Amino acid sequence: MRVLLWLLVCLTMAMPATAQTTPDRTATGGAQTLADIMARQNGEAVDDAFRRDNIGDPAGTPGVSHLGTRGGVSDPEFWRGLRYGSADVTVSAGGEVATVLVQDGGMKWLTFRAGPLRQYGGWLLMGTIALLVVFYVLRGKILIDGEKTGRTVTRFKAFERFGHWLLAGSFILLGITGLFNLFGRIWIAPYLGKEANATLLELGKWVHNNVAWAFIAGLVIIFVMWVIHNLPNRTDLVWISQAGGIVGSKHPPAKKFNAGQKVIFWSVVLFGASISITGLSLLFPYELPLFAKSFALANDIGLSGLLGLGELSETLAPQEEMQLAQLWHAILAFVLMAIIIAHIYIGSVGMEGAYDAMGSGEVDEAWAKQHHSIWLEEVQNSPSGKQAND
Amino acid sequence: MKAMLTGFAAILVIAVGANFLLQQAGFASHQKHSGSSVRLDVVH
Repeated sequence: MRVLLWLLVCLTMAMPATAQTTPDRTATGGAQTLADIMARQNGEAVDDAFRRDNIGDPAGTPGVSHLGTRGGVSDPEFWRGLRYGSADVTVSAGGEVATVLVQDGGMKWLTFRAGPLRQYGGWLLMGTIALLVVFYVLRGKILIDGEKTGRTVTRFKAFERFGHWLLAGSFILLGITGLFNLFGRIWIAPYLGKEANATLLELGKWVHNNVAWAFIAGLVIIFVMWVIHNLPNRTDLVWISQAGGIVGSKHPPAKKFNAGQKVIFWSVVLFGASISITGLSLLFPYELPLFAKSFALANDIGLSGLLGLGELSETLAPQEEMQLAQLWHAILAFVLMAIIIAHIYIGSVGMEGAYDAMGSGEVDEAWAKQHHSIWLEEVQNSPSGKQAND
Repeated sequence: MKAMLTGFAAILVIAVGANFLLQQAGFASHQKHSGSSVRLDVVH
């Protein structure tokens, strides 16, 4: 729900201000009034169409186009055009980015990044850790029922484990450096000093920009290796109906991956892909604009209407594209970090024998029987499995 | 354990390689948004 709320806030930022009842501005001759200024300063939504659209209309007013050096457009009208990004600006260098002289979306981005993003993102991570601690205290470590058999079965081959750790190691580095980037100014600089924070951020930026490629490679590897095992099937319903055996002592049957692991897999693949694409957009600024096209698509298929967002802006300044890419990148990263913290918990202190699957790749048969019974049977009945048993 | 360490080593190799390639790609801020007529102290 919270994620959805963020999404709405994020998307709403790209929408034009909603129309309100038109205030009386006759006293100022149509210019903004003190009430407008006060409302804006109080952070209230002000319909600025009376300024935004008031940029002169020489074509619609015959006889004025030859007047004045600006062809029938007054100075205030001209400056309003620059202010709201509608002026026809020609630049000799710098491309489309340089034609935007005033871009107030930067302020919205800054306040969202320094406010709700840090606040809710931070709480999400802290809350996840707190919930896991409570869960551990209440449920304890999920142990293997009975004795270990002493016989092992290969759960993940060396290349599978390599792909996993390539992705996992890079994600942890990216997560930590990303958090440095977002929280360094308020959590590191006041305590360790600005110099230390700056050095850490410079190093963190290097790591974030370059390790990103390892994350993308790991994502592709695990997708190719495991997608076939992560397609939903009927056994997932049984697993979900028994809450995966996490609560209680039942051990629902599962193939190579159970429904919980499938949720992790698809979260990593889908969120990871979106984080990677927005990351590339940020790594090559202004070269890969994503949001105007995505908003146009959302408008066309009716998604924006379905979510109650109205018509999303299909024209975004290059800087706005970057701002939205950064926010979306960070929001999804927070969600994925929360999911991965839970994944790390269950793969380490949360469950006896789980780490072996990704450590040595060999798991005890008792563990496999309890957590992945159908998969164990498949492995044991396979030609190589039978050979090993003989 | 060996697979894990190989994975971590690969991260390092990929990162160093990516850094080298990105520097060649010409997308650094000073390369994109500045020119020869600008005096700029570039820190690599």
